[in-house]
Amino acid sequence: MEQLTWTGNLSFLNPIFLGLWTLLGVAVMAQIVTSFFGTEVDVAGDELVVRKTPNAMADKVVVWTFFASLAVSFAYLVGGILMPGIEAKGIIGTICTRLLPVWIALAAVFALSVAFKRRLGLYGKLFDSKIGMIGFAIVMFWVFTAVFGAMDLVVTHDPLSQLSGMKNKVPGTPLPDGGDTYPYYLLGGDNLARDVFSRVVKGSWEVIKVAPFATLFAFMVGITLGLPAAYFGGKLDTFLTFLANLILAFPVILLFYLLVTPEIVLTGIPVYMAAVLFIFPIVFTVILINSRFYVQPGKRNLYLAITLVFGLWLYSGIAWNADPLGIIEFPPNLLVVFVSVVFVNSPTVFRIVRGLALDIKTRDYVAAGQTRGEGAWYIMLWEILPNARGPLIVDFCLRIGYTTILLGTLGFFGLGLSPESPDWGSTINDGRKLLSIYPHAALVPALSLMSLVLGLNLLADGLREESLRD
Amino acid sequence: MGLFIARRLGVMILTALCLTFVIFSLTNLYPNLEKLAKTQGNVRMTDEQVATWIERNGFGEPVLLRYGQWLGIAPGWTYTDEDGTVRGRCINRDNTSETAPRFCGVLQGDWGHSTVFRDDVSSITATRLALTGKLMFWVMVLMVPSALLIGVLAGMKEGSRLDRSLSTFSIASTATPEYVSGVIFITLLASSAGWKIFKGTATSAADNATFENFFLPVLTIALYGMGYIARMTRASMTEVMTAQYIRTARLKGVSFRNIVLKHALRNALIAPFTVIMLQFPWLLNGVVIVETLFNYKGFGWTLVQAAGNNDIELLLACSVVAVFVVLVTQLISDIGYVFLNPRIRIA
Repeated sequence: MEQLTWTGNLSFLNPIFLGLWTLLGVAVMAQIVTSFFGTEVDVAGDELVVRKTPNAMADKVVVWTFFASLAVSFAYLVGGILMPGIEAKGIIGTICTRLLPVWIALAAVFALSVAFKRRLGLYGKLFDSKIGMIGFAIVMFWVFTAVFGAMDLVVTHDPLSQLSGMKNKVPGTPLPDGGDTYPYYLLGGDNLARDVFSRVVKGSWEVIKVAPFATLFAFMVGITLGLPAAYFGGKLDTFLTFLANLILAFPVILLFYLLVTPEIVLTGIPVYMAAVLFIFPIVFTVILINSRFYVQPGKRNLYLAITLVFGLWLYSGIAWNADPLGIIEFPPNLLVVFVSVVFVNSPTVFRIVRGLALDIKTRDYVAAGQTRGEGAWYIMLWEILPNARGPLIVDFCLRIGYTTILLGTLGFFGLGLSPESPDWGSTINDGRKLLSIYPHAALVPALSLMSLVLGLNLLADGLREESLRD
Repeated sequence: MGLFIARRLGVMILTALCLTFVIFSLTNLYPNLEKLAKTQGNVRMTDEQVATWIERNGFGEPVLLRYGQWLGIAPGWTYTDEDGTVRGRCINRDNTSETAPRFCGVLQGDWGHSTVFRDDVSSITATRLALTGKLMFWVMVLMVPSALLIGVLAGMKEGSRLDRSLSTFSIASTATPEYVSGVIFITLLASSAGWKIFKGTATSAADNATFENFFLPVLTIALYGMGYIARMTRASMTEVMTAQYIRTARLKGVSFRNIVLKHALRNALIAPFTVIMLQFPWLLNGVVIVETLFNYKGFGWTLVQAAGNNDIELLLACSVVAVFVVLVTQLISDIGYVFLNPRIRIA
């Protein structure tokens, strides 16, 4: 078997593709330069006519070349999937074929969301914004890749197995002996002769399963502390703000180096921190339900009982690793990563929530609620919080991206996760020693991480635009 | 104003004390001391030997007392060996047990001894900080003007095509952490796979910084911070451009160039000043990553070495510097904001 080319039988598209992208780049530059010269207006008869400027022409060229290059990219995708045989598909075509479940899921999500977008609230409005849609597509691509990767649908090899003779091989190298495994390393092998493609796909699961939950926990902590700090003010506010500033003054890297080491895990400090931090979601939910159904004791007791039983069960399993049923277990080194990321993020969330609540507290509907005799927690959680949701949702998206960067930083310094772990940060760290000779092992996870964070930022931008619109 | 600064200074000192104490107690936890004992003494020490090593080297006393010693407000520890020689915190090559001062801590200017580099902590920190200062200087020279330029250009006509392209660039640059952009730059510009115009390491830049070996690390740090500052500048610029006095200037017939340069720019640059100051703590993060990636032996690299080997006194000195940078930039940004913004200053 011979080396795979990047585009296989579709290589006739390459010059077109390159040409279009060059043209697009030139057109964008021309657009920026010409935009400095304003539009010119002529008087024709008794009407004002805007003369055709170079800027308007550059605009048109940008739009057309952009759509043309998108169409060519789509041709690579569809052509790659339809082409028979791995050699004919090329590396890109084969990867597209491996990702087939992801494309189907993406198409289904988009079709459904666009069809029902008027009934879906803020989520539906996202599909009115181009930027938001692009961001959402990138994020969902990685979510589906992670989920299907974890179900062993996309990956070609075991991310930990090392095959002799495949060390540092370039993308598209065939395996030396056919065997019963997949015959190629699609994106090459790393310095321990493992498959880069499979590791990146598996690594996306490592990110997707930690980052959103860590962010969610940070939000629960920030909200549970930020609302009373703003609402009650006084000593409580001073104390909590000082504490938040204290944590914020810690250089993040130093904190990671102090917290995420095997020695610290031995002392049990992460477990105590987890015990404190993870109680907040339960407290939050309990207060939420209690304040809502305070006047309906029957319903309240039922909901509270369900929350407490379920919540404490999860709590004992996750924080103390002492699940009485033995179903949930949380590896200690994952716990310390999780805890430190939550710990770093929650003071910022606290500050945002506190700022928003300070503003909303002065509104008339809060005063009306106080006059009606509503409890303090009811006002905080059911009057103030829903009205602060817009900025909080936007920040949530941005913060998932930031958490992803933090997780990558941890991996980059070899902290926390096991050294064999396929997460992107560790993989970049492994690959960087041979970067100037064999860049592919570090480049692939680096680009993946960048695209995921970019997608989240674009999504947040789209959400911000749409939530400001009404 | 005087009271404001005094109060801020008081809070700052309290914060610094709290933070150093937290770091001190975390580095002095028993498993960390055990690791230190084994690296300093013998890897195959028994638990008893470890305990005596810890006792003999002054790590046995309560944490609060030893924090006082490190700070210089409690007398340094002394330990008399079986053969009668006295060893202690303040006893070193220059001082015998008779001439040694009673107090030797940070307040007396004694930062201790590094166990990794086998040198005085204060001299190591000084040389490394100078190297990082050089890096930071060039980062600032590259980052601040380009970020302000991008922000002002994007913000002067909100919603224009130029604004869209520049905003997309800013978003992309904030989405690219240093360890990603560094890898991409090395691959494209310093490897056999791409053009080989730069060097992939900056080790030689410590003595002799050239464009070839120093540009990539500077660019990598600058790019991540650039997007954020540019976005803040853009937000502030768009706000200024909708103000009444700008409309008046337009109606007067002032040219667009003069409106931007003479009327809008000065007011639009107040907010970015605060943001640039608050960026310093993030730059510190970037410095650690980039110095590790490009093997530039500055402050960030030293911090990683100290933390990785649990070199307690060096790590403490590093964290004091880091915490100091964070707090001082916060203070400067607050004071500067009050100073630049007449609405707050007069009220």
